Amino acid sequence: MDESRLMNFRDAVLEALFLEMRADPNVILVGEDVGAAGGVFKQTQGLFDEFGDRRVIDTPISEPGAFGMAIGAAMSGMRPVFEVMFGDFMTLCMDQLVNQAAKVRYMSNGAARVPLVLRTTMGTGANLGPQHSQGFYAWAAHTPGLKVVIPSNAADAGGLMRAAIRDDDPVLFFEDRLLYNSSCEIASGLPIVPIGSARIVREGRDVTIIAIGRMVAFAQEAADRLAKDGVDVEIVDPRTILPLDEATIVGSVKKTHRAIVVDGAPRAYGVTGEIAATIMEQAFDWLDAPVMRIAAVNAPVPVSRSLEPLVRPDANTIENAVRAAIA
Amino acid sequence: MNKALKNAGGASVDGRLLLSMHRTMLRIRHFEETIRRLAASGAVPGLVHLCAGQEATNVGIIAALEDRDFIASHHRGHGHCIAKGAPVEGLMAEILGKASGMCGGRSGSMHVIDMERGNLGTNGIVGGGIPLAAGAALAARARGSDDVCVCFFGDGALNQGLLHECMNMAAIWKLAVVFVCENNGYGEFTAIDDVTAGPSLPGRGEVFGIPSEMIDGMDVQAVYAAARKAVDYARAGHGPSFIICNTWRFGGHHVGDKQEYKDDEETRAWRLRDPLLRSAKALSAAGIVSEEAIAQMEQDAISEMAALADGVRNGSEPAAQTLLEHVYG
Repeated sequence: MDESRLMNFRDAVLEALFLEMRADPNVILVGEDVGAAGGVFKQTQGLFDEFGDRRVIDTPISEPGAFGMAIGAAMSGMRPVFEVMFGDFMTLCMDQLVNQAAKVRYMSNGAARVPLVLRTTMGTGANLGPQHSQGFYAWAAHTPGLKVVIPSNAADAGGLMRAAIRDDDPVLFFEDRLLYNSSCEIASGLPIVPIGSARIVREGRDVTIIAIGRMVAFAQEAADRLAKDGVDVEIVDPRTILPLDEATIVGSVKKTHRAIVVDGAPRAYGVTGEIAATIMEQAFDWLDAPVMRIAAVNAPVPVSRSLEPLVRPDANTIENAVRAAIA
Repeated sequence: MNKALKNAGGASVDGRLLLSMHRTMLRIRHFEETIRRLAASGAVPGLVHLCAGQEATNVGIIAALEDRDFIASHHRGHGHCIAKGAPVEGLMAEILGKASGMCGGRSGSMHVIDMERGNLGTNGIVGGGIPLAAGAALAARARGSDDVCVCFFGDGALNQGLLHECMNMAAIWKLAVVFVCENNGYGEFTAIDDVTAGPSLPGRGEVFGIPSEMIDGMDVQAVYAAARKAVDYARAGHGPSFIICNTWRFGGHHVGDKQEYKDDEETRAWRLRDPLLRSAKALSAAGIVSEEAIAQMEQDAISEMAALADGVRNGSEPAAQTLLEHVYG
């Protein structure tokens, strides 16, 4: 039997790129400093040396044009992985993303496709401030035609990147920078994780926490503390928010009768509202308490070391919410 | 039939090619006239932008391409679709949003995509097609292919940042792209001079080291000659070129535009430069075909398009159950 390996998030995604680029010559990597420099977060190291400048392409700081070109390359037969260094800069690509990439298949009645991955980093916790900390996945998930992936751990990150590259539709892949050094055991061969399937992170009877990205780790921390008091928490990680694995989420809530949805992006019109509404629609009669939402405050992310941690939920806020929910 | 023609600008093309380009221009002109009538009668959903007057830029450029080459078009793009080989009945049905349209009635006039013929699409976003064509060229470079990609855009896109970004990248990577500006004098209702700074439009390509020229876009032979040079240059691996074709849209921005912003004298002067009159004159002057034969060609184009109109107008609407098809693969 093959042995599993301890691997961190960054290396798992990098290995996924190596595997898919070796398997398919049409896979190319496009972005700023992804080539000889190996990525500003060391996330593309070694790819340039193996695949050369025709497949690992350093662009100028020119996101709208470069991303639009990645779409044209995808339409004409390539499978580009386009890297946006900070998720905040995705706003520069929004026209190409929303008006072109998301709609090409539909507008062509299925004759054209855009097999493209937009890979980007996000997240608070490094004091990077209002223009380098945002996660715009809810914006993206409001656009039919896109798929949106938010891995919470190394194994899912590697497996979902492999699935995203093989997908025939545009996939947005959000990586929380503070997860880059988090490791887990990964089965040999880096198994592909299908897009659109949630994962039950922890089984429990009393309450379901549905947590997005790095919030999964905070939920686990809260669940460990609550277990000492005999509170049995189930945690569901959707892994992809579009398509959303409604069956797994609703199935869990029907078992525990309580739901708390946790997200690290601003609460208004965000992912927590969508998931909470889905639970209300499909599991209302099973609920013993209103669905609770915990998310980031509706404010920009400040730089200050004392203010920044107040923006988003953490293990304490989740623990308090669970205690309120079961009271 | 094969004798080479010389026009006033010194460009020369093969007689048979000129005849073929003339025929395609006639088909585009009368396709657009048929669409105009259909739109006036209320048969066309939404907005429709016609390219009558600009046929020489559509046809002269695409005549220099191989079937395998790519184009990306814009919102005034029916002529590009036809010149690249689109079936006119399917295109007409698409513009009317019918089930038998090339894109099943989903795209209408402004979003027709025809991958079978290397057409990355007409486009509802001004400048939106530019990176798509440049991206197809980037893909060709990655594959080691010498396919050439043409981006068509109007003078309205000259001030979009996307154009300058893509020119820069096409130049640093020597991509096989031909940037073609169809300068018809107006971006929607606004004259180019009111919104476009600087002494030179070719200068906007030259700053990136891209060979750039401004030509008479009403002369299909001049357009073809410029395109031939640019396409050969791109295919040989030398990189992008920029061609500004000065032309004129005979209609307004869209069907129904009263064009109060246009000057009557200017309109009359441009009408005299009709690209069809010019190529017809060149054909008969060189003895390629008789005036009667040219008139017959026009009649054939009129009949071809008019014969399609009723059938297309009465065609089936897309079925409700197709609404959600092809959102994802």
